[in-house]
Order: sequence, then structure tokens, then C-alpha cells
Amino acid sequence: MQPLLTVDDLKVHFPIKKGLFSRTVGHVYAVDGVSLTLAGGETLGLVGESGCGKTTTGLAILRLLDPTGGRIIYDGNDITGMSRSRLRPLRRQLQIIFQDPYSSLNPRMTVNEIIADPLRVHGLYNGSEGRQWVEYILEKVGLSPEHGRRYPHEFSGGQRQRVGIARALALRPRVIIGDEPVSALDVSIQAQIINLLIDLQTEFDLSYIIIAHDLAVVEHMCDRVAVMYLGKIVESGLYHQVYNNPLHPYTRALLSAIPVPDPGRPRQRTILQGDVPSPIEPPPGCHFHPRCPRARDGCNRRMPELVEHRPGHRVRCWLYRDTNHG
Amino acid sequence: MIATANAHSGQNPRSLPKAGHLLEIKGLKTYFYLFEGVARAVDDVSLHLDRSEVVGVVGESGCGKSVTAQSIMRLVPEPPGRIVGGSIVFDGMDLVKLPADRIRNIRGNRIAMIFQEPMTSLNPVFTIGDQIAEMFRQHMHLGRRESLERAVEMLARVQIPEPAKRARAYPHQLSGGMRQRAMIAMALACSPEILIADEPTTALDVTVQAQILDLMLQLRQDFHTAIIMITHDLGVIAEMAQRVVVMYAGKVVEEALTADLFDRPLHPYTAGLLESMPRLGSRRPGRSRKLKEIKGMVPGLLDLPPGCSFAPRCPRAMDICRRRVPELVPAGNGRRVRCRLFPGQGDTSATTADGG
Repeated sequence: MQPLLTVDDLKVHFPIKKGLFSRTVGHVYAVDGVSLTLAGGETLGLVGESGCGKTTTGLAILRLLDPTGGRIIYDGNDITGMSRSRLRPLRRQLQIIFQDPYSSLNPRMTVNEIIADPLRVHGLYNGSEGRQWVEYILEKVGLSPEHGRRYPHEFSGGQRQRVGIARALALRPRVIIGDEPVSALDVSIQAQIINLLIDLQTEFDLSYIIIAHDLAVVEHMCDRVAVMYLGKIVESGLYHQVYNNPLHPYTRALLSAIPVPDPGRPRQRTILQGDVPSPIEPPPGCHFHPRCPRARDGCNRRMPELVEHRPGHRVRCWLYRDTNHG
Repeated sequence: MIATANAHSGQNPRSLPKAGHLLEIKGLKTYFYLFEGVARAVDDVSLHLDRSEVVGVVGESGCGKSVTAQSIMRLVPEPPGRIVGGSIVFDGMDLVKLPADRIRNIRGNRIAMIFQEPMTSLNPVFTIGDQIAEMFRQHMHLGRRESLERAVEMLARVQIPEPAKRARAYPHQLSGGMRQRAMIAMALACSPEILIADEPTTALDVTVQAQILDLMLQLRQDFHTAIIMITHDLGVIAEMAQRVVVMYAGKVVEEALTADLFDRPLHPYTAGLLESMPRLGSRRPGRSRKLKEIKGMVPGLLDLPPGCSFAPRCPRAMDICRRRVPELVPAGNGRRVRCRLFPGQGDTSATTADGG
């Protein structure tokens, strides 16, 4: 099946400028060769720690950041270098939900205005029909028409996230990128929003890319998962492949580091030493080798390729050498 | 059998608290007097802590867990906040009534605290070493040189590489994990009897969180420090605490040994929290991905519902729940629960009061 969205060798490098004449003295390799696909109706999880490039990847896919290299193909159109005017009709179909709904909602607009605004921008809002549509969308995200006349500060965190979802949904998108959509919410509210996103996906035939650091949330929501480390995907596969049979030492450490709410369970934890290195000067060879418990000779010389270990399950690690001819 | 259950807990979590607790909070009430009304952030909270024990305080935003900690440290911003009732007894002293200069000798020295975001509690214009050394100068009256030497030692104890070099660094030059280590070093500088940790790992990545939690448990063994672990993360509680106090809307709704709480939560709120959490490995192919959820929202402290604060969201609420506030009653094995589903409420016809 033809994927709805294909990202091929995406690169986003930020120049570091210094001095009087803003000389470029280096680059932050935020995203460095990321490839992924998203099929219609599918949910893809993008996980990793801060600085791994997961958010930058999301922003670049939406062209909210301009990629340094690579291609983004949406529904058969290469949108990588597309002009703003040609991009606009496609933008409607690709929407985003942010982590902190408060900072992404205009405090001087009522909720009705917030939801209607993107419709107006796209020339899709006309009078009473528009109002009805906004009311319908509000109801779909679990808010009442009365909520529409209020301002963002009058809402709790969970309700604000519902407003953020409504705004994204109003344009009838096909793809929604959720950047940490539930991580700022209380535990009891988190489940409500996850369930809402699952319901909306079926009803509106949506594809999701869920960017998150919480691996339990991603396991619950996603069909496929890609794990990122310092700008590169180190492992990807169906959720049960990655969670039940993690291959990359980083994925294993990440999964074992999560505190499990089960005091009766004996734990075997791999505690990684040190912090995530800076993406300005990533370590040579495999970027993970300085923290890797299984690093050996050669890991510090060449970056392994992302290779298919089993059908659909890819890993970027020299341990899986038999399949790594790169 | 419990010893193998949690590799980290050194002490037997089943050991019952002896008479004379290290810290005993009774009926604490901390209110905030706002223009809009009175917010009862902490409303009749009682809890205790024994030597070398880790007690978890868990709850969602606005439940009063952080204000409880601030009250122990007497750091409640006044005004608008005020401790209006109850006692916090530590080493025979009631911290609520202690004059400010005597509190200063206890705070940082015998009871220390670490926060979620170390950057906001470290001073950006002093080096890490200076800030830790100040603890020794202030509380132990050591000289300048000796204080600095001790500061470097502390940095080494919290496993900061090249401690002498890092002591000369400013907070912004360290990573998030390093800053949290530096903060722990500062908190433990005077070997406090109690460490209050308010969401100490919430801002950190999971691999760094694992390092910090591990470090805290190790230091607890070395320094015999009792820890109050405040968090919203039930996973962190399960790994760290021997006993848990669950708070909701300013009140303790349940207290139990950690193993008992996770095994059989009594309060519908606790049960709801445990069920609504996505857990690793719990997804079954072919089954619905949807999670159980607690309906509704956490009530605002300014307009709490009458009766039990959880009643509007509670799947098992009865008529009386919406009228009268239940009491926190013993429920066996040292447990306490604030819910009418359990016997012992003074005004009901329940007969079997289960004394713990």
C-alpha cells in the first residue's frame, strides 16, 4: 500500500553563529538522516530523550521548519521545497497538537474564535454553517457550546488540550502530529485525552504521529514505533516488536529505566552512565557508544546503518552485524 | 518475600512504626487567603515518618502535596498562605510554633529539601562549590577553605565526575541531571535527618531519572536519611517508597504500605489512578487500546463540592458522600482510608470498626 506520508533522509541542521559578523562556527545536527513512513489510519510513535530531535522532526514534516536535506512526500506530492502558496491547501491536511495547550492558545480569543480562525485562514468559514461546524467539533472533543464563549484561562489543563485538539480537527486533517500531547496533564486526565484521540482517529479516519518521551503512553497508542537518539533513528518496528523484543542497547536501557508501578516485581535495570551528549559534536561512530554497556572495538569508528533484522523491525547497531553490511 | 520484591529497599518494609516518630504531622491546615476566597490547600493532613524510611506522597496538581512539604520547611509564602492549625513535631519541637531564627537552624541542616527544577533553586551568580560550601559555613561554622574541600567531597559522593573542576562551575554550565546531583549534594551536606524531595526527577529524562533515584536510595543507606518523596508518578513511588500517602484536594484519602496499596487499593480514587495509567507491557493485541478513565476533573480548591471531594467523579458514590465529608479511618495492617465504603465512619450504622 502506498504510504500517506514518506520522509526520506530528512536532515535539519541549525547553524551556530558567533561574533560580529555572525560567522557560522558549527552546526547542531538536530535531525540527521531520518526516514519514516506513515500509512493511512496508522499511528506512529516517535520516542527518545530530550535533544534527540523528535520534535524537530515533527516540525520539519509540517514545514514549520525548513529541512536542510531530504524529502517529505505527502499523498504523492513532494512538499520539501514547495512554495508557501502551493503548500497552503495541503497544510490544512497536516495539523499539530502541542504539549502545553496554554502557550499555544491565544489568550485574547474565545474558544469559538480560536477554532474558527484556521477555518477563516483557509477560506472555509462562512456564517451560520461555520458556527455549526465549530459547535459540532466542540461536541466531538467533549466540550459544550457554552465552553465556546469562554477564554483559554478559564479552562483546566485537560480542557485546554481538548481545545487544542478541536482546533487541529476543525480543518478535517488527515494527519495529526501530537508533540507530547498528554505529558503536561495529570494522570487521571491523561487517560481521558488518550481515549479521546483513539476515538477521533476511528471517527475521522486520522493518521497520527505521536511524539513522546513516555514509552508507556506510546505503547498504548501506536501501531509502530521509532526510537531516536541524537538525530537518528536507532530502532523501529511494530510496537510489540520494539517493546517485547528490543534490539538496540539504547532501547533496552530506556525500557528498563522506566519505574514500573508494581512493587512486587523484581527489577533488572540497566543504568546508563552520563548524559545524552550534545548534538553539536556528536561522538564519532555510533553516537551511543560512549554510554553503551555493550560497546566494543569499532563502534567508535563507523556509524552503523539502520538495517532490517526481522521483517519490519529495523535496528542501527553493530551487534546485529550478520545483517549489517553497510 | 518482600526483600526480594524491591531490590532497593534496604529495610524490611513490613516493620511496623515504633512509638515516637521522627516526624509527626497532626491535623495540619495550611490555607491561602485569596481575593476570591479561602483555598484550603492542606486541610487536616496527618502523616508520620520514621528513621531511614521512605514515605511517598502522591497526588495530582492542586492536591496539596507540595504545600504540605512547604509547611514542614515553613516555606509557605505568607501572605497569602498561613498555617492555621495542626502541629508538625520533629525531635520534640513543634515546627509550626518555632520562631524564625530557630527554624533556620533546622532548615537545610536537619531537614533539607530538593525541588523539581534545580535551576530555579540554585543561585546563578555563585559557583556550585560556593553554594554547597555555604551550607558548611552556615550550619557547621567551618572556615572557608575547609568548607570548599567538604563541598568537593560532597560532589564526589553524588558521583559527579571531576568534582574539583565542577565545583568551580556555575549552575548554567551543568546539564539537568548534574544540577539535580549538585542540589542533592547541597541538601545532604549537613547529613540531614529528613530529606524532602518534591518531584525530584519529573524534569529529567528517564535514563537520568533512573540514575538519580538510584543515587537517592544509596545515599539514604549511607546517611540514614529518611525521605519524603513527593510525586505524581506511581512508578517512582512503587520503586522508592515503603509507605504511601495518597492526597486528593487537600486531604489524605488513603495511606498504606506500598505493596498493599498497589496490590489492593481501597479508595476509589487510588483504584482509578492505578487503572487509568498506561503501563508498559499491558497492551494486548486485538483488544481495545482504550484506557479506563476517571471521569471529570480535579475540583478547584475555591469551589470544592460539599461532602467527599471525590464524590462527583466517583463511580461508587452514594447519596451521603455528597453531603458529609468522610473521616480518615483505620482499615487494618496500618492502613487508613477516607471513604464511606469502609466501616468506621462515626455517623453511620457500620458495626465492625477495623482497628489497625
